[in-house]
Amino acid sequence: MHYEAPVREPLVLGNKSYHDVTVEVAKPIETAPPRSWWIAFSISLLLFLWGVGNILYTIGYGIGTWGLNKTVGWAWDITNFVWWVGIGHAGTLISAVLLLFRQKWRMAINRSAEAMTIFSVIQAALFPGIHMGRIWLAYFVFPIPNQFGSLWVNFNSPLLWDVFAISTYFSVSLVFWYTGLIPDFAMLRDRAVRPVQKHIYGILSFGWGGKAKHWQRFEEVSLVLAGLATPLVLSVHTIVSMDFATSVIPGWHTTIFPPYFVAGAIFSGFAMVQTLLIIMRKMFKMEHYITIQHIEMMNIIIMVTGSIVGVAYITELFIAWYSGVEYEQYAFLNRATGPYWWAYWSMMTCNVFSPQFMWFKKLRTNLIFTFIISIVVNIGMWFERFVIIVTSLHRDYLPSSWTMFAPTSVDIAIYLGTIGFFFVLFLLYARTFPVIAQAELKTILKSSGEEQKKHHSEHDGHH
Amino acid sequence: MDTTKHVQVGSAQAEAHAAHAAETPVLSALFRDDDDLMAAVKAARAKGYTIAEAYTPFPVHGLDKAMGLKETRIAIAAFMYGALGLSTAIAITYYMMIVDWPQNIGGKPSFTWALNMPAFVPILFELTVFFAAHLMVWTFFVRNGLYPGGKAQNPDPRTTDDHFLLEVEIKGDRAPLEALMKQNGAIELH
Repeated sequence: MHYEAPVREPLVLGNKSYHDVTVEVAKPIETAPPRSWWIAFSISLLLFLWGVGNILYTIGYGIGTWGLNKTVGWAWDITNFVWWVGIGHAGTLISAVLLLFRQKWRMAINRSAEAMTIFSVIQAALFPGIHMGRIWLAYFVFPIPNQFGSLWVNFNSPLLWDVFAISTYFSVSLVFWYTGLIPDFAMLRDRAVRPVQKHIYGILSFGWGGKAKHWQRFEEVSLVLAGLATPLVLSVHTIVSMDFATSVIPGWHTTIFPPYFVAGAIFSGFAMVQTLLIIMRKMFKMEHYITIQHIEMMNIIIMVTGSIVGVAYITELFIAWYSGVEYEQYAFLNRATGPYWWAYWSMMTCNVFSPQFMWFKKLRTNLIFTFIISIVVNIGMWFERFVIIVTSLHRDYLPSSWTMFAPTSVDIAIYLGTIGFFFVLFLLYARTFPVIAQAELKTILKSSGEEQKKHHSEHDGHH
Repeated sequence: MDTTKHVQVGSAQAEAHAAHAAETPVLSALFRDDDDLMAAVKAARAKGYTIAEAYTPFPVHGLDKAMGLKETRIAIAAFMYGALGLSTAIAITYYMMIVDWPQNIGGKPSFTWALNMPAFVPILFELTVFFAAHLMVWTFFVRNGLYPGGKAQNPDPRTTDDHFLLEVEIKGDRAPLEALMKQNGAIELH
């Protein structure tokens, strides 16, 4: 058994045995959901259905139903796409990067964070799909032989890199998540009483039995997948940023974009993890597993990444001035003082100013305050993408084509619809999947459980 | 455990297990604690017994070494799958962009693959990761005999909760082995 320094805070509170962990992780699945779950689910479902209706309308009539115009050819759709992909990044960061760094606090939150990754990448992938206009021709993005002879995809194009990055990211995240879920599904299978439940979890658990050799391979697979997912997650937002950075639009054509986008992605993703986990720990009484310490750790990451984003904003302004390129200078002046000044300053306030409250321990351990900031950060990160995309486009090189962008009701409905879809998936997940990686958590119970730690320190005292 | 059913299922692992069980009888000892399990494994191995299998609810640190299991080679497999992915990416970019239909796109040189290569780096990377990750996980499933709807491999359902099951091959008399297991904290013997 390993011992842990007594100064380290326990990661699992209360006096938990292995069996307690099993029972408490299985509880949301085996009992009826609380009323709050039904309320949240109904609202999300309505939003989702509203979104589906508007997506079908868009596919039927074309993207003329959106607020796009000749000058602003990319607006809410790509903003939402980048926003959702960014949110997904925190899940991989928690499960892969924190695994490589041997951060044990990830164990209570990695399952839900990875679920968030998968569900938000689904939302993201929706937008380029419907923006194509002819979604039934979507297979053209893959390098497959087609009816025009050998007209291949263009491997020089960042938009094609995106296709490969997003599909690799989605599918690798999915198998990473699923591999981790198998032992937990087996636990649910072995304690299921109702035959239907036993049958379903029997199928999902792939027959897992926890043999020593299988665990050995399991740990190696987890480690290698983490090693692969870490550069992968960095590559995904790097490539997303190249959609902009490799173009020649002032305000987009900058080398700072890849690290700036990755930091922003982690920042917004952790904020979304906070939003989800603060609700979930309350709804399903997981306070002993997802502790204030977990919330605090994530707040620190939000503070650090928010500050990195702030440095990136200021660097951009400085470089615009220092470059001496008048178009570049105007793009940034227009962002801060032009007709979209309110979007720019909302971004600055939400992303740079609001995370600075997390320097205070009292505030970063306060749940309600954290919850509010987590939402503010995600609003800010949505504005960041809106500012980058719309304010760079709406005043191009020809003043005669300068224009403004206004979303239509379809734009709004599809965006809110994806939020609904995301929460529908997450709420269903929270009722049917083991929301805590219980097998993994059991490995640290003896070293990081509250009662077990007390026992160790007393024991050490006697010697 | 119903061994005949296992054979029907066709899992290599289960077949091996069934054949093995037919040859050498095993003693199943159930433990409540991972430290007891580890102690029992070490004690049994020290006495010259062979551990047939251990079923645990979570990866017990050091159990594979204590049982004398060989190190897994799945990471090497992943490396080779990654190399395959990289080669595939080189092949398709070379064939599609240079051989089959070279085009001047954005002034990027398309005369040779090497000159055009910097623009392919993202594709080379993504396909490397894609192949390595997916083929490794498939290997993991196949080698472990895991598939959707596969029959539960653990003989006792409690081993996914908080029990630890050890199967030790019986060598000669059963009684001393039972005593050894009990001594190390076994709560049930079968």
